[in-house]
Amino acid sequence: MSTATETNAPDVTTGMDLLRFATAGSVDDGKSTLIGRLLFDSKSIFADQLESVEATSSAKGHDYVDLSLLTDGLRSEREQGITIDVAYRYFATPNRKFIIADTPGHVQYTRNMVTGASTADLGLVLVDARNGLTEQSRRHAVLLSLLRVPHLVLCINKMDLVDYSQEVYERIHDEFTQFATKLSIPDLEVIPISALAGDNVVERSTNMDWYSGPTLMHHLEHVHVASDRDLVDVRFPVQYVVRPKSDEHHDYRGYAGQVAGGVLKPGDEVVVLPSGMTSKIAGIDLYDSEVDEAYPPMSVTVRLEDDVDVSRGDMIARVKNAPTPSQDIDAMICWMAPGTLKPRQKLAIKHTTRTGRALVKDIQYRLDVNTLHRDQDTKELGLNEIGRVQLRTTVPLLCDPYSKNRTTGSFILIDEATGVTVGAGMING
Amino acid sequence: MTKTHSDYRLSQLDQLEAESIHIFREVAAEFEKPVLMFSGGKDSIVMLRLAEKAFYPAKIPFPVLQVDTGLDFPEVLETRDRWVSRLGVKLVVASIDDAIASGVVVDDGKTSRNRLQIGTLLNAIEENGFTAAFGGGRRDEEKARAKERVYSHRDEFGQWDPKNQRPELWSLYNGRLHEGEHMRIFPISNWTELDIWDYIGREGIEIPSIYFSHQRSVFERDGMLMTETPLNPLRDGEVAAERTVRFRTCGDITLTGCVESTASNIPEIIEEVAAARLTERGATRGDDRFSEAAMEDRKKEGYF
Repeated sequence: MSTATETNAPDVTTGMDLLRFATAGSVDDGKSTLIGRLLFDSKSIFADQLESVEATSSAKGHDYVDLSLLTDGLRSEREQGITIDVAYRYFATPNRKFIIADTPGHVQYTRNMVTGASTADLGLVLVDARNGLTEQSRRHAVLLSLLRVPHLVLCINKMDLVDYSQEVYERIHDEFTQFATKLSIPDLEVIPISALAGDNVVERSTNMDWYSGPTLMHHLEHVHVASDRDLVDVRFPVQYVVRPKSDEHHDYRGYAGQVAGGVLKPGDEVVVLPSGMTSKIAGIDLYDSEVDEAYPPMSVTVRLEDDVDVSRGDMIARVKNAPTPSQDIDAMICWMAPGTLKPRQKLAIKHTTRTGRALVKDIQYRLDVNTLHRDQDTKELGLNEIGRVQLRTTVPLLCDPYSKNRTTGSFILIDEATGVTVGAGMING
Repeated sequence: MTKTHSDYRLSQLDQLEAESIHIFREVAAEFEKPVLMFSGGKDSIVMLRLAEKAFYPAKIPFPVLQVDTGLDFPEVLETRDRWVSRLGVKLVVASIDDAIASGVVVDDGKTSRNRLQIGTLLNAIEENGFTAAFGGGRRDEEKARAKERVYSHRDEFGQWDPKNQRPELWSLYNGRLHEGEHMRIFPISNWTELDIWDYIGREGIEIPSIYFSHQRSVFERDGMLMTETPLNPLRDGEVAAERTVRFRTCGDITLTGCVESTASNIPEIIEEVAAARLTERGATRGDDRFSEAAMEDRKKEGYF
């Protein structure tokens, strides 16, 4: 079955849905060629972009069109011929819009991959069929699992160079499946492709009759992501208090925010954290109309029946289902800055809409992202390293385990002197 | 009947809207003095609409800033005025002519007004003490923009350092600044040109009439169709003629080309955009054509 599309026009009437996916791999694995092909075959590359790439390729003396030039956007990247930062790419088929977070594969850019994976519904790991699993591909799978990207696709690329061998596919498939048992990967698909020749990318390959699974594009178009959200546990971090103080809306007081979990309805009994005051939802506003329900990731304004004290950084939850406010945080942290994270260090922390300060109490272990080995002897984390850390915060955080909710389970650490984001945290529990 | 996950579906356009509204509210809550940079183009109108929705029924809690190049399309200024008066939002105009007169920027006769905008804009941001400036940049527009953060840090010289950007994870934005620095905020980073048009159609909001097909006296320059106007004198060999055209972007009248088109309403424009073979900037913006890294260079200096 072919999923190639005639046009990239969206179906305006029914509304497309959205899939955010992160790609990891190096130029050598054919990642840029693969992205180039997805963009090209879905007609998302424009003639002037292609001409510019063709001109640059020939100026460099290549006898092929270097599709990586499409994605390597910064001058320094083009000069060095490597991807060093996350680039966002867009394409659409009639039913779905795709946002690709294209991330570099090398270990020195782990932080960029963590960044790209943080918002992804699906992670795509690319391996070269000739080499099989490498340290790098294992690391990519580990990072995607740590970031709780719910769907993973392993693309075994360059199948044309191993004579489209089923045996090669099965060997890599089995090796990866075995490795994946140590990880948290709810949904895995292993697809044999050739990005260069186009096998199983958009068009079904005629060279691999032994493969009965989906093409990559078919899988991207149909993978079910709606149920990845938590629709049970109501979590509404208050971002902003709307108070018009105009004659027309004199008494209006609404709490604006983006739903992080659960379904909110007018009439629901709710609790405001950390104060613990309770009230009922009087109404939920979306611009000038009221809605019956609000669910993730809607941005709405909630009105309460009682005049309770609510401000930015508070969270609205259900009376019998609320997170426990805590100042002691146990989390996996990816350190993203030069210099090291050490015990006793003090940093600013931002969790949902709440900001405070955090003290590093202990670094329990450093995780070797290639082997999953826990190194308990090292009491510090360097650039691009990940470890289990205990923090004490100045304000209670209204948090959930990251495995339950990626919004209320995540935080960033900020260096108070430079203002730079230096760490990304995922709360254990 | 119990609802399933599929019943709680949000279309991609609604998801984009929700993300953008979240960004507007974060900035309004965390920055002392934000401002929305308004060019009059469709992207900045969509931004205004999103800001309106983010704070309704309260008014937008920050002013709108426009750099008056003196070379703006009159239709664009009319639309701007109607939006500003409907929303009751404060308008700050930074004029390039005033900036030249007061010596903020130097018009050497060789530099385009587009370049002079940079100094004028930075001066307006500094003079007014704005700490965050919303811009309508989209990542699908250009490959330097594809790597720019939603919160894009500018140093005290207004410069962007593409190699030293702050990591941006989940929807946790870091708005920390030092004295004299500011943040550019791109709330519609993840929208594509088609999304913008879908949204304009869905919301039924007013955009400048030059986006729709109309008769215009135009001439060809560098492969683009330019408006005949005393502001942009014809050069040797150039001949103006009446054509049926529309604009895909709104910028400086001397640099912004139009395309031949009969698309006179949103569905026709969407059809045309979907079938287009050229990016909107590549097709109609003289300012982006000079070099492969034209946009990156201007952004480093402090361009939108």
